[in-house]
Amino acid sequence: MGIYLPIAEISVNVFVLLAMGAAVGFLSGMFGVGGGFLITPLLIFYNIPPAIAVATGANQVIASSFSGALSHVKRGTLDFKLGGVLLAGGIVGSTGGIFVFGFLRRLGQLDLFISLLYVVLLGTVGGLMLVESVNALRATRSGAAPVLKKSGQHNWIHRLPLKMRFRASKLFVSVIPVLGLGAGIGFLSSIMGVGGGFIMVPALIYLLKVPTNVVIGTSLFQIIFTSAYTTLVHATTNQTVDVMLAFLLMAGGVAGAQYGAKAGQRLRGEQLRALLALLVLAVAIRLAIDLFVTPPNLYSLSGVGLT
Amino acid sequence: MAGLRAFLAVASLSLFAAVSPGEAQTPAAENIQIGLSTDHVSITAGFSGADLTIFGSLENADPLVARQGRYDIIVVLEGPARPVVVRRKDRVLGIWINLESETFENVPVSYSVATTRPLQDVTDPNSYKQLSLGAANLYMQPADDDDSPATIEEFTAALRERKTATGLYSENVGGVQFLSQNLFRATVRLAPNVPVGTHKARAFLFKSGLFIKESSAQLEIRKSGFEQSIFRVAHDYSFLYGIFAVSLAMLTGWLGRLVFRKD
Repeated sequence: MGIYLPIAEISVNVFVLLAMGAAVGFLSGMFGVGGGFLITPLLIFYNIPPAIAVATGANQVIASSFSGALSHVKRGTLDFKLGGVLLAGGIVGSTGGIFVFGFLRRLGQLDLFISLLYVVLLGTVGGLMLVESVNALRATRSGAAPVLKKSGQHNWIHRLPLKMRFRASKLFVSVIPVLGLGAGIGFLSSIMGVGGGFIMVPALIYLLKVPTNVVIGTSLFQIIFTSAYTTLVHATTNQTVDVMLAFLLMAGGVAGAQYGAKAGQRLRGEQLRALLALLVLAVAIRLAIDLFVTPPNLYSLSGVGLT
Repeated sequence: MAGLRAFLAVASLSLFAAVSPGEAQTPAAENIQIGLSTDHVSITAGFSGADLTIFGSLENADPLVARQGRYDIIVVLEGPARPVVVRRKDRVLGIWINLESETFENVPVSYSVATTRPLQDVTDPNSYKQLSLGAANLYMQPADDDDSPATIEEFTAALRERKTATGLYSENVGGVQFLSQNLFRATVRLAPNVPVGTHKARAFLFKSGLFIKESSAQLEIRKSGFEQSIFRVAHDYSFLYGIFAVSLAMLTGWLGRLVFRKD
């Protein structure tokens, strides 16, 4: 069944979009990521103009993370205070990102920059997580107690001033890295159309040493607001948010997210991390191949000042 | 051979004289008219491309020429003109990057052609060039005239190739059919991604390879119904539209959880 997208100005298949939403929603519920890092590349592979894919991806992420966050509120695995501080940084970063987005689009380098960012970030994060989680899995299998970082072991981040207590996360840490992390993720959110969960989750775990179970809910909480802000700004400055497209993705996504969250509960932390790492790496490799393989069309057209 | 040709010429001359003895000195000039049944076409949610039929009439047609099929008609539906940037990817350190680019002013977004016969059989390349007729003969004005002709040539060709590949520039050979001696029907293709705006339909009449007359009409392509409303709101009330998009997402997330909850 075809449907005409009012903003993207093309006809697409409803069922492809629903299925895409459901698949990504499942993974998003399972890993506590918004799914934007999957949705945006998928939309681009489906011939949606990148600028619209990014803005609409951000819109879709709100639904799946809102749905996912509700589950975590119920289970009490959401640190509102930590999420709030991350969010404050996120708004600042997102605003900066919107400007860079517009600038790169005028230069004609937006697509390249998006791909490069995806490859570098997903590759690094995925690689690090994979190594760590495989080590943890091996340790568990050999019978040794899982060696999480000893509670007394602190890195430089924990020596910064302006400390704040986050009770739900059992954390006493400076707000500087928290704000900085939020800002960095806000920036990526507006340029890549992602919520930033795939960076946020490992950063909270490895840098701030937040317990894994709280990380996912808190990350989702922050993602809701960062992507809501990104959606608003893209809608007002670029008019690139397609609600019709977003709604189809969401409808599939929220259904998938609930099943995914359930599936995620049955897996242990390090298994979950290993799987997420593999997924992240797969997307990075797929995008990296596109950068190096000779494109079928060397030439591309774009309007002046349009998408 | 020469004798045969002379004989044929004489034969046709006498036939001509026999058919229209009075008009031999001042034959009325042929004229072409096209009419559109509507001045606008609306694109709705299900739009996945369509054929647009344009009817036209040929006035004062010479019955003999018509019978011999020496009248040819080319109908063009030309979309609104917009500036376009063409970019070329080149390899830098193994990665394909947009490097060179060329901006063209006023490139028709779409250009659908329907003809009675293949373009090369209707008239010669020079006539097409003079009339600026056919996607291959459209003149694309580069924004920067200082670029080398070879570069401009290369990017112009790439622009046409991309437009053709996406279905925006199309050619429908045999898309113009004579229904009677004076009446014809042209079928031009509207691509699924046909741009909205004012399109211009033009019909060109050729007689034995010579251009005779042109006729044109305007056609407005617009979005209709629900999609049109969404598009207008997104541009005119973009902030409210953004708020709506965010609210819709949250509502969907909440409802989705109510319906599909698993815990």
